[in-house]
Amino acid sequence: MTEKDYETIGFKSGLEIHQQLLTKKKLFCRCPAGEYSTHYHAEILRHMRPTLSELGEYDGTALMEFKTRKEIIYRINRDTVCTYEMDDTPPFQINDEALDIALGIGMLYNSAVVDEIHIARKQYLDGSIPTGFQRTSIIALDGQIPYKDKKINIIQLSIEEDSCREVSDIGHQRVYKTDRLGMPLIETVTGPEMRTPIEVAEVGEICRRLVRSTGKVRTGIGAAREDVNVSVEGGTRIEIKGVPKLSAIPLLTYNEAMRQWNLLKLKEELNNRGITTDTFAAETSEVTKIINKSFYEPLRGAVLRGIKVYCVVLKGFKGLLHWQTQTDTYFSREISDRVRVIACLSTIPNIIHSDSKGDTLASSDWLKIKKSVNAGENDTMVLVWGNEEDVITGAKEIIIRAKEATVGVPSETRQAFRDGTNGFERILPGPERMYPDTDLPPKCITKERKDAIRATLPKPIWEREALYRKLKLPKDVILPLSYSKYADLFEQLVNDLKIEPVLASVALIQFPKRLKKEGLDISLLNNEVIIEIFKLYKQKKIGKSGVLIQLRNYLEKNGGLTFNNFPDSPELSEIDNLICQETEFFESIKIKIPENIKKLVMCEVMDKLQGRMEGKIIEERIEGLRKEAVK
Amino acid sequence: MSDTYKGYKGEALDTLKNFDAPVWSDVEIVAENGNYKGIILPRSENADSLHVVIKLKSGYNIGVAASSIKAINTFGHKEAHYKIPEKEFPYDPKKPNVKLLGTGGTIASRLDYRTGAVIPAFSPGELYGSVPELADICNLDTEKLYGVFSENMAPEQWIGTAEAIGREIKKGVQGIVIGHGTDTMHHTAAILSFMVQNSPVPIVMVGSQRSSDRPSSDAALNLMHSVKTAAESDIAETMVCMFGPTSDAYGLLHRGTRVRKMHSSYRSTFRTIGDIPIAKVSRTEITPLRQDYKRRRSDTDVIINTAFDERVSIVYYYPNMKADIIDSLIDNGYKGIVIAGTGLGHVNKPLYPALKRAREKGVAVYMTVQTLWGYVQMYVYDTGRDMMDLGVVPMANMLPEVAYVKLGWALGQTHDLEEVRKIMYTPIAGEITEREPSNGYLIFQGGLPEVEEFISKYRK
Repeated sequence: MTEKDYETIGFKSGLEIHQQLLTKKKLFCRCPAGEYSTHYHAEILRHMRPTLSELGEYDGTALMEFKTRKEIIYRINRDTVCTYEMDDTPPFQINDEALDIALGIGMLYNSAVVDEIHIARKQYLDGSIPTGFQRTSIIALDGQIPYKDKKINIIQLSIEEDSCREVSDIGHQRVYKTDRLGMPLIETVTGPEMRTPIEVAEVGEICRRLVRSTGKVRTGIGAAREDVNVSVEGGTRIEIKGVPKLSAIPLLTYNEAMRQWNLLKLKEELNNRGITTDTFAAETSEVTKIINKSFYEPLRGAVLRGIKVYCVVLKGFKGLLHWQTQTDTYFSREISDRVRVIACLSTIPNIIHSDSKGDTLASSDWLKIKKSVNAGENDTMVLVWGNEEDVITGAKEIIIRAKEATVGVPSETRQAFRDGTNGFERILPGPERMYPDTDLPPKCITKERKDAIRATLPKPIWEREALYRKLKLPKDVILPLSYSKYADLFEQLVNDLKIEPVLASVALIQFPKRLKKEGLDISLLNNEVIIEIFKLYKQKKIGKSGVLIQLRNYLEKNGGLTFNNFPDSPELSEIDNLICQETEFFESIKIKIPENIKKLVMCEVMDKLQGRMEGKIIEERIEGLRKEAVK
Repeated sequence: MSDTYKGYKGEALDTLKNFDAPVWSDVEIVAENGNYKGIILPRSENADSLHVVIKLKSGYNIGVAASSIKAINTFGHKEAHYKIPEKEFPYDPKKPNVKLLGTGGTIASRLDYRTGAVIPAFSPGELYGSVPELADICNLDTEKLYGVFSENMAPEQWIGTAEAIGREIKKGVQGIVIGHGTDTMHHTAAILSFMVQNSPVPIVMVGSQRSSDRPSSDAALNLMHSVKTAAESDIAETMVCMFGPTSDAYGLLHRGTRVRKMHSSYRSTFRTIGDIPIAKVSRTEITPLRQDYKRRRSDTDVIINTAFDERVSIVYYYPNMKADIIDSLIDNGYKGIVIAGTGLGHVNKPLYPALKRAREKGVAVYMTVQTLWGYVQMYVYDTGRDMMDLGVVPMANMLPEVAYVKLGWALGQTHDLEEVRKIMYTPIAGEITEREPSNGYLIFQGGLPEVEEFISKYRK
């Protein structure tokens, strides 16, 4: 699809970026942050019940989650979890280290930092947080980042505690591990201002570099997670949760746009058939006895275990459960997902239907059912099975989702899958799920505090990038350098030591990468050593190649190397001697291609001199000596 | 201060008045930092006078510095009506009738804008709206006796509650549940054990450690457990019904005179001290852990005795305590002193003259142990014998708080110290036991391999 195509369908997308902060401790307790382990010492069982919002309303998601009646098991590792995360101790004061980092990032986004922060409770009844809510607080509003020729609004920035990691979710039991729970996180929300899938990823990338430029955020798997909001004209804002990496965004948003587009087409088709919200009709009946002799394995096993089978007849839906929604995905998946999540019928397949008969029931079985439930030629039959309570919920949910097709795209939170498609997770929550945290008082962010943070902030990445372009740095170092911990050092080298910008940038970005690949511990590198080495270069004690060589020497000695008494560059005569020695050696042994001797000599001399002389000069000397020899 | 600008004072109040923007106004605030759209919320009274609180469209609240506000444009008014959907509690003639008496606490609660904390809310309709499962157990009627925090419960409320229990039993209810804040639930449980005697039905005290405004609250399950106990159990005693483990698994029924809150915030905070609980209760069954409890009867012959003399105090002994502590109680007209002594029940010598003076002034002095577990034994050391000579009465294994309320109750009936002594020594509801079973004291020590193994096997 082209940019024009996305414009036609009215593609709109915004991001919610979750980024863990690099702190020693968690946000509302003093447990260590960032220590993950699958080992656990104890388990806790909890249930979640919906409660009222501050304005006296129930949240739709909350009620849906309550319908699912899950037993939630938390695995507790006592080294990383205390009684706070278990919800058996009230919160401690917010972690100031985390708050400072978050406020600083807010300033980098050019946001208005909030004068007084209020901790809120955002309800999550899926159990991902044992309290049933996430403690969260807006710390900055109304920021912007430059993108292409426009500005993307950063609507809000909040600081919040991270949730549990899910271990399993089967039937009525969901298991979580709690190590990640409570870690400080910021959530950055952009405006719905991206117009193509690629734009979404690119804006995400800018935000990623911006937060990394502080050097105070966590990196690695799961340290940054994106939620993507997508809508098309006539569709609905859909939140796709838990996108693990930015590169997955274009395909996911493309698929979601396609899904919404196809659901809108489905609505049109239903309307053409005369099916609207008012005329929609469906019936449910139990058919356990009718198909108890079926050979279809999932059903046969179920019936043998004394489980009920219900049939929902969707009037006039013939063929529509096979309506394509995403790549290799059909409308029946929308229904199956709901049944899985809300009725807890999690063994797939959890429904079968008459629009896709292959490999399920024998056609004679379908006929028997059809007769028994009195389905017409134009109807679709959907079978669902499970214990009685769940199957009743399941049948209701099939009807709810089918009816929603007459409206178009229902408001949902959806989960990202690896293949780029997405599936139902829960109903999209509203502001009703917010509740003030009565356990913690508001906190004033003083001017002194803001000033102190501002003084430590890095230069915005877009300013750095503009500078690098002016300095004509190689393309592949511009972006990495802009958020690198060496960005300030780069300017110091260029401005104070007058090092050539290209050399400095390559030395700071490419060299460490290369040395890491060689298996060296680059965490030993520090600004002081790098400056020392560049001073040698400036004093002409080493050449360009000497920079890398000395960095390597330093790391190979595990940082146990000083450059105090570094010798001056060798005299030319010394180099000439070396060249002669090497030339003699290579001429004395048999070399297949004599023209290569020059290259071999060059290599050996360079190696022996350890970068203490520019390669160009050595080359000139070799050339000169050869010419003399020829004479 | 009027409700129009609820909680605001100083600069923030002036700013709101200046722009004619009372609380609940739907506004746009124009401030130096930026513009904010939302609803002006009331402010907590103990928060500063420098900020205006606004609820943004996203549901988040922020405080805007009043000094930075340049204008407030008002678009309307949206006042919150925090109300649990009320539904009439269904009546089923086949189900037992249970009365829920409310005294306060977080069993059902809502937000208080004045303090920013939660305050209790309570009605059968609200309870049914939030815990519909209750209707499967019984017909529930409620009466709000008081709306006080646990720490504000005092003799007036104890007496009122005891009288209300008496009235309900005479009316023929099959069980009574008392909603109560958890902090002093064990004090109230103890005094009700004395004021309400010979009850034919269960009297179950219940509360919650996590207020019901949170999804993970223990309120709903505690309520279900307690209502089930009141409706169905054959235990006609005053009990506390709270979580056994911290998991949403089962509750324990503790005898009202042997129970104590042992953790400031855990769900499983209540523990029977020096004995074992009466029973376990889950949503489906009540499992007695012992058989020596008083059984349910069909009569209504309850005895209510609400005598109480407030002039009683607990003195928690500490090393180097001075005699003036005791003297000041005597001088202020106290009639009874319960000492929580060290070890087997000791205080230091410098207190002796004061104790002697107490006896001379007719003040009843009783000794309990601050170790909570174990008996007072004043014969083992000379100091104990000396004190008994000074008139200090050892109070066996009665818990200090229980001795405190019982002494007030005894002194309410008589000031004759011999009579008081008789009352104190006559066990009424298990407040003194003849023996301590070997499993009456179990505080597992974390870190030991065998304990950790146990914890890994059973949900906490």
